[in-house]
Amino acid sequence: MAVIDLANPTRFLTLVNRVLPWLVAATILAFAFGLVRVVHAPDDYQQGATVKIMFLHVPAAWLGMMGWGLMTLAALGTLVWRHPLADVAGKAAAPIGAAFTFICLVTGSLWGRPTWGTYWVWDARLTSVLVLFLLYLGVLALYWTAEDPGRGSRAAAILTLVGAINIPIIKFSVEWWNTLHQPASILRMGGSAIDPSILIPLLVMTGAFTLLFFTLHLAAMRNEILRRRVRTMRLAEAARA
Amino acid sequence: MSMFLAIFARDMRLSVRAGGGALMGALFYLIVVVMMPFALGPDLALLARIGPAILWLGALLASLLALDRLFATDHDDGSLDLLMMSKLPLELAIAAKAIAHWLTTALPLVIITPVLGLMLNIELGAMGWVALTLLAGTPALTFIGLIGAALSVALRRGGLLLAVLVLPLTIPVLIFGVAAANAAITGATSFGPAFTILCALSLASLVLGPFAAATALRHGLE
Amino acid sequence: MRISGENLACSRGGREVFAGLNFNLSGGEALLVTGSNGAGKSSLLRMIAGLICISAGQLKLTGGDDDASLAEQAHYLGHQDALKPSLTVAENLQFWTVFYGAARNAVSPALEAAGLAPLADLPAAYLSAGQRRRLSIARLAAVKRVLWLLDEPTSALDEASQKRLAELMRGHLAGGGMIIAAAHGPIGLERARALELGVRGSPPP
Repeated sequence: MAVIDLANPTRFLTLVNRVLPWLVAATILAFAFGLVRVVHAPDDYQQGATVKIMFLHVPAAWLGMMGWGLMTLAALGTLVWRHPLADVAGKAAAPIGAAFTFICLVTGSLWGRPTWGTYWVWDARLTSVLVLFLLYLGVLALYWTAEDPGRGSRAAAILTLVGAINIPIIKFSVEWWNTLHQPASILRMGGSAIDPSILIPLLVMTGAFTLLFFTLHLAAMRNEILRRRVRTMRLAEAARA
Repeated sequence: MSMFLAIFARDMRLSVRAGGGALMGALFYLIVVVMMPFALGPDLALLARIGPAILWLGALLASLLALDRLFATDHDDGSLDLLMMSKLPLELAIAAKAIAHWLTTALPLVIITPVLGLMLNIELGAMGWVALTLLAGTPALTFIGLIGAALSVALRRGGLLLAVLVLPLTIPVLIFGVAAANAAITGATSFGPAFTILCALSLASLVLGPFAAATALRHGLE
Repeated sequence: MRISGENLACSRGGREVFAGLNFNLSGGEALLVTGSNGAGKSSLLRMIAGLICISAGQLKLTGGDDDASLAEQAHYLGHQDALKPSLTVAENLQFWTVFYGAARNAVSPALEAAGLAPLADLPAAYLSAGQRRRLSIARLAAVKRVLWLLDEPTSALDEASQKRLAELMRGHLAGGGMIIAAAHGPIGLERARALELGVRGSPPP
C-alpha cells in the first residue's frame, strides 16, 4: 500500500504548496477589483441598493452547481478511472459547494424579503436550489458517518453520480410543480435585460468567487491528504504494538 | 452519581464523534418538512395554517427514526450485558442514555424549527411558541420511544417495528403539542391547558419510559 | 467466600440446555468448564452473571457483599468486547472503570498490565482482534471484583498475551478471588477444578 499511494499525492502536495500562494494573491486581487466595480454599479430603479445582493447571490448559485459538477467528475475518477486523488477532490469539494449553495439560499431569502414580503417562497428556482442543498447535506452525511475514508468515498461517489443524473429530473419536476400552482407574484431577479454596467461587475465577482472556490478546494485537498497520512501512520503504530 | 454522569458523558461523546449521528435527526426533520410543500403545493396561506402540524409530524418522525440506534449499538457490541452488571440500576443507566440522546437528537430539531417555520410562512412571533411546544414535547417522544426501542432490541427486529409500536403511544403528545402551538398562533383556544398537559405527559414519560424499557431489556436478553 | 450452584437448569429457546448441574467454588479456586459446542458453557456463565434466567435450582454466593447482587460482584468477559470504536483505548477503559465504581487512576496500571500503554490514545477502531481482547482483559485488572466469569478468554490472544492473562489470573486467585472459565482447552491455570458439561449425570463437586 505504502509507496504507490504516497507518490502521486506527494507530487501533488509539492505542486499545491507552490501554486497556492499565487492563487491566494490572484483571489484577493480579483475581489479588490470586483468590489470596486460593485460599488460603482448603478442601483436598480425599483429595488434600490438591495439589488447588489445579486453580486453575491448569482456567483454563489453558479458555484453551488459547479461544485456538484466537480464532484461528479471526481466521482467518475474514483469509480471508473481509479485515479488516486479523485476521491480526495470530491471530498474536499463537497463542503465548499454546500456552503455556497447555503449562501445562495440565504442571500436569495434576504433579497426576497423586501421584494416579495416574505423570507421564502416556493418558486421553481429557489426550490431547486434547496433540493440541491439537501443533496449536498446527504453527501456530507455519508462522509461524516463513514469511519473508513475509502468506503465513505465510494459511497459518496455513487450518491454523487445518482444525484447528478437526478438533478435535471428534479429541476424539471419542480418547475412543472410550480406551474400547477399559479404563483401570487411574478418574480424578477436582476431585472429584465442585463446592462453592461451590471454585467461586468457580475462577471468579475463570479470570477473572483470561482478563484476563491479553487483556492479553498486545493487547500482542503491538501488537508485531507495529510489527514489520511496521519491515519495510516497511526494504523501502522497500532500494528506494531 | 458519577456512574450516571459517566454514561451520559460517554453517550454524548459517541453521538458527537464521527459515525455518531448527532445531527442526523435534524437533517431528517429538515427533509421531511421540505417534502411537505411538494405534496401540498406552494400555497403560502395553506402552509402557514397547517405549519405547526407539519413541524410536529416532522419532529415526531425524526425522533422516532433516531431512536433505533439507542440500544442497538450497545446490544450489538456486548455493552448492554455489562451495563446490567453495575451497581447503577438499569433504569438510571437508560435514563442517562435517553437524556444524552434527547440533547443530541431532539434539541437540534427545536433549534432549527424557526428556520423551517420561515419556509412554511409561519409568522415570526408564532414560531417561538411552536419551538416552545416542541421543547416541552420532544422529551415525551424520546422517553416513550425508549419502550419501543427496548422492545425491538429485545426481539431483535428493526426500525419499522419500533415505529409501529411507538407511534400510537405518542398520539396524546402529538394532539396536545399541535393544539398548544395552534392556540398560541390563532388564539382561538387558550394556550395554558394544552401546554400544561403536554408538560405533564413529558414528565410522566420521564419516569415510565426507563422503567418499561428496563423491564423489556431484562426479559428480552435471555 | 464460596459460590455454589445446586440443581441448576437452563433452557434457551424452549430447548433444555442442561439440568441438574451442581458445582461449588471457594475463594482462591478456579473452575474450568469444558464441553462440546452447544453444551451450555456460555449459557452457564451468563446465568451466573445474571443475564439469563435460572429455570430451576439455586445459585448462592456467601461471604461476599450482602447488599450487592451476584452480578454486581462479578466480571463477565463474553465473546464480544464492549468497545466503542470512536473512543480511544484509554477512554474506553476509563468509562468502564468509572462506571463500575473504581478509581480513575486504576486505568493506567491496567493498560500497562495488558501491554496496551503505548496505544492509549489510539481510537479503538484501529485495534486488531487480539488487542481488543486485551483491552477487555484490562477491564478486569482495573476494577476489583471477586468473581471472574471468562468465556473463552484466550481466543485471539498470542502467546505473550496469554502469559499476561495467566499472570493476572494467578494474581486474582492469590488475592482470594474466584474464576469460572469456559474454554475448549487449557488456559494457563494449572490447578483448576474441572466441570464438563454435556455428560449424563452430574459431575463430582
